[in-house]
Formats: sequence, structure tokens, C-alpha cells
Amino acid sequence: MNDSAPAGAGPTGPAELAAALRATGYLADDGLATATYLAMQMNRPLFCEGEPGTGKTALAQALAQTLDAPLIRLQCHDGIDAAQALYDWDFPRQLLHLRTLEATTGTGGALDADAVEHSLYDERFLLARPILRALRTSPSVLLIDEIDRADDEFEAFLLEVLTEHAVTIPELGEIRAQTPPIVVLTSNRTREVHDALKRRCLYLWLEHPSIEREIEILHSRLPEVPERLAAAVARAVQKLRNSDLIKPPGVAETLDWARALQLIGARHLDPESAARTLGAVLKYREDADRVHKQLDTLLAS
Amino acid sequence: MPAVEQLDADTLLTGLVGFTEVLRTAGVPVTGDRVAAFVEALDTLDVTDREQAYWAGRLTLCADPDDVLRYDLAFPAWFEPSQGRRATNRDERPPAPPKLAALVPGREGSGDDDTDDGPQIKAAATGTEVLRNRDLAELSPAEREHLRRLMTLLRPEPPTRASRRKHRALRGVPDPQQTLRTALRNQGELSSIRRRNASRRPRKVVLLIDVSGSMEPYADALMRFAHVFVRRAPRSVEAFTLGTRLTRITRELRQRDPERALGAAGKAIPDWSGGTRLGEVLKAFVDRWGRRGAARRAVVVVFSDGWERGGTELLGEQIEQLSRLAHRLVWVNPHAGKDGYSPVQGGIVAALPHLDDLLAGHSLDTLEKLLKVVRDA
Repeated sequence: MNDSAPAGAGPTGPAELAAALRATGYLADDGLATATYLAMQMNRPLFCEGEPGTGKTALAQALAQTLDAPLIRLQCHDGIDAAQALYDWDFPRQLLHLRTLEATTGTGGALDADAVEHSLYDERFLLARPILRALRTSPSVLLIDEIDRADDEFEAFLLEVLTEHAVTIPELGEIRAQTPPIVVLTSNRTREVHDALKRRCLYLWLEHPSIEREIEILHSRLPEVPERLAAAVARAVQKLRNSDLIKPPGVAETLDWARALQLIGARHLDPESAARTLGAVLKYREDADRVHKQLDTLLAS
Repeated sequence: MPAVEQLDADTLLTGLVGFTEVLRTAGVPVTGDRVAAFVEALDTLDVTDREQAYWAGRLTLCADPDDVLRYDLAFPAWFEPSQGRRATNRDERPPAPPKLAALVPGREGSGDDDTDDGPQIKAAATGTEVLRNRDLAELSPAEREHLRRLMTLLRPEPPTRASRRKHRALRGVPDPQQTLRTALRNQGELSSIRRRNASRRPRKVVLLIDVSGSMEPYADALMRFAHVFVRRAPRSVEAFTLGTRLTRITRELRQRDPERALGAAGKAIPDWSGGTRLGEVLKAFVDRWGRRGAARRAVVVVFSDGWERGGTELLGEQIEQLSRLAHRLVWVNPHAGKDGYSPVQGGIVAALPHLDDLLAGHSLDTLEKLLKVVRDA
């Protein structure tokens, strides 16, 4: 149980981890703290799914800060492959190196093929991409962002790396992580991720925070924003989420809005200041039109 | 927070196994390795703390938000039965008991055993060509059975799109990496230029099937059609039913056996042959799935008679949104194939300006035509 964790191995329970995260300005609820704690203890990737703006990416950032470990980020996209995620060889430099060898051995001397090849596939020509970097940097936090954008071939490839915590480079041999990196995978659910991948992860479904927590988040992230303004922004955002919008605002939008209001020098959230800064929260013309008409009801407390 | 009672390890383990069994019945796909992870998680946490026990299970046994919903209902029911069902913070209800009306084979007295409809099938077999053009709603039980078999022979092909990933090819853009790699093998001599070209990948297909009362005669056949399609391309085809609410049935339809797949899908659909609020349900699809990606650049096929009781303004708006997201939007209306049909129902009129195709879907033949349209999209 709790006391089985080695000394100095970080937090000894979800509560302690939550406190550590709080110190970085990230407010984790019970579920999130438990999930993160388990991911660290069980050496399993944490699969975070939820609406955009519920703090999936921010969790990885806060975690890295808490553990004082580097955050290594891999942004997934359509068509991403192992060479972009793992490693590649720097071909132009290898070629240059080869030409140099030829030039320096002069016209008479023949090149020893084995030696040449050995020198070509040297560590210095290896371009480490995020996953390899994460395996070689320990401890580290590896964020695999928006895995739902990658293809299923890529998922299958990840499966191997995430279970073995090792990769084999034919020319160099196996590279194994001393301490497995803490892996956070995020998905916006644009596509269903393969069950085989999910099975190896802890699954965390994130929802928008409650109004109390959102006010707390505003306080901790933007201490310079007056308390009354922060509370008014959080209240208005909650209402926006419950009204019928194409894109309901996430926590990132709440923070943007509060910051925008503060920048234009607003002390209160009134129809005039709200109308001027609405672009920070609403990202669709239809939504903006709809809300513009009902600003008074939105701001009525 | 209330602590669960102190239990010894054996009782606890039995309890856990029972709990995972309950979850499985509730529709959460709990596998052996998930249970192992659950036990491991409990070992890491404080089991006697209700909150931690709850999260240990939720994080290891669930795999999507629907699972979480079922878990939230099962957990208090299992661990705190005396307290009754605790209110959850969601407004959705557990799936209602299945109504398998049109899904169970032989419902209309064609006989539950195969032997007694043997001759009928033989008779029907001679009329395969006729059957292809018959209205699905007017089939006799034997013809229906025969059609089911024909249905499994359909070979849907998902459309393709150019992939961003490039592959080695004879024509295409030069590939510096491959060219240099070859040169290295050749003592740095650049002998030929290697090229690469974009490959083709399957384009997403989304099937939205109206299962309201007015579509009931077609629902069984359309679900079978969806099953064949999902089975053919499980990674790129999504299927949903539209009734009083939206239900995703892709996962259920991925099972190989048609009867089991349809049975599971039927179980997942709480509003079988109920009413329809097409506009609202389409909105739910666009909001929850469509905009996030399921419908983006996909071929979206709506199977519905467009029967909308309320106003059609919302329906029109949603169809417009959908047509902007989708690569191609096809509406299949079983009535469109009948003599004297003209698109006058409110729903269809509102949707028509935004559709790429309006097709009939009342017979096997017309469903095959649909497959061609989808393939060439």
C-alpha cells in the first residue's frame, strides 16, 4: 500500500499528489489525482479523454512541473509515423561525412566498408524524436497529444513502445528507459481509439469543472484578476455551457476571457465589457450572434 | 465520505469478481486483464476508502464515457445496496430493456427451427431476382429470411481519400531520405532519384438509421445492412440510430455473427420504434460526434422517411451543418422508390437543398445502388 513506495519516489498518495499539483496552479479533483497517482505507481499510461478545454494537456504540464522532470511532447496528426515519433537518421550529414572520408583518404587508399558504415550509423547522426528522447531522459513526462488524430497503424506502434518502454534501433541496439517515463495520452474523441491501446492505460474521462472549482482555477492561475470579476466570469461561462452553443467554452476560454477583461481594464462584467471581449470565449459567429442578443440575461446573477 | 465495511481479502475478492460480472451484464466490456489492473489498482490505493475504491474501478474497468455512465450506476448498487440507488450527476438513464421486435429472427411465425421453412426458402430462392426489387416492408417471413442471407453477401467498399502518408512509388515527388539511403549503400554515389507518392486510405462513412415507428418495417433490413458495412470496414465506418435519442451502435455491430450483433444493438437502443425528433437527434449527433471528427470529410448516409412532427427549421439547420462538415451527404428514403413519390414531407423538404443525393432504399437492389454511390463518393 502507501508505505511500499520507495522513499523519495514522489507523492505517497492521491491527496499528497493533489497538493503537489495545486502548488503548480493545477487544481486536481479526487478522480484526477487518483488517476495520476495510479499511473505513476502502476507504470501505466494515463489516457485522458474529454471535451476540449477540460485540462488534459495542462495536466501533463503540471505533472512535469511537480516532478521537476522535462515535459516531452508529441503532437499527433494524420499520417504521423515512427520516423517522426521515434528517431531518424540525419541523411544529409551522413552523406557529407562520407564525402569527407573519401576526400581525406586520398585517391590511393580504399575505404574499409565496415568501418565506414560503423562511423555513419553513429550516435551523432541519430535524430532523436520525442518518444526516444523520453525513453532516454529519465525521469520524464511524455505527452502524446491528440492520439485520435493519428492512424491506427501508429496506435499499434505505440502499443509496443508503451508496454516495453524500450525501442530497438537496428544499427545501435536496444534503448531501454531506466525509469519508464510517465505517459499522458490525450484524445478529443474525434475517433475511437483501439481497445488494445486503451486496455494498457488507465482511462480518465474529464468533464468541465464545477463553478466553485472554476473560480478556484481562476484565482490560482490569474491572481491579479479581482475576485468579483473572476466569480462573474465563472458564472457566465457556466451559463454559456448550459445554453445551446455550437462550441461551449472550456477552461482555457474562461481564463482567456478573464485575462481579456482585465487587459481592457474592466472592473466588472457588464454588457459593454462583455460584448467587447466575447471573442475570447465564443469561436463561432452563430454562437456570438445568439449570445449578443441575450447578454443581459447571461450577466444577470 | 462513507467507508465501506472492513472486509477480509477473500470476501473482498469474491465481491470484486461479482462486481465485474454485474458490470459485464450492464454492457461494460470487462476483460481479464482489466480485472487484473483493477486488483492492482486496489492494491496501490486504500481499499477501505469508498472514493478510492470507486476510482480504482472506474479508471481501470471503463474505456469510454458510456462505460463510465454504466459504472456510476453499478458501483453504488453493488457496494451500498442498502442505501438504494444513489443519484448520479448525469441526467441520462440506463438503457431500457431491449425491444427486439424486428430483430429476432422468425418473429412473424416463420418457425424458430430451420426445418419447417425449408421448402419455403427453396421456393423463394428461385425468385432471387424478383426479391431484389421487392419492397422490404412487404416481404413474407420466408422472403425476409432469404433476404437476410442475401444481405450477408453484400460487399460494401468504403470510399477512399488521399493519405498524408507517402509511400515509395515510381512516380511522385522526390524522396530525399530514400535517395540518400540508397546513395549511402552505394558509397555515396547518387545513381537514381527515389520518389514517393500519397497512398489511398479509406474515407470515413457514417450511417444514421432512423428507428422510429414509421421506419419499423425497414429497420431490420437497414440494421443488417449497417452490420455488413461495419464488419467490412470496422475502423472507418460508424453507425448510429436515431429515435427519441441518439445511440451509437458501432461497437455492437462489430461482432461477426449477425444475430448476436443485431441483438446487442437492439439492447443498446432504448427507443426502438418510438417517436422521432429528427432535428433534435441530428443536433445531438452533430454536437457530440459530427463536429469533433466523426463526420468531418466523411460520407454521411441518413436513412429516414423524413417524418418530422414538429417544426422542420431545426432539422434544416442541422442538415446544413452536416453537409458543411461532410464530404458527401446522402439521404436514403424508403418511400423515394415508390411510384408517385415526391419529396413533400416536411423533413425532406427542409433537408433537400443541402443533400448531395436523395436515394431510395426500399429494396435490396436500391441498397446496392447506394453502395455504389458511397464507394464512388
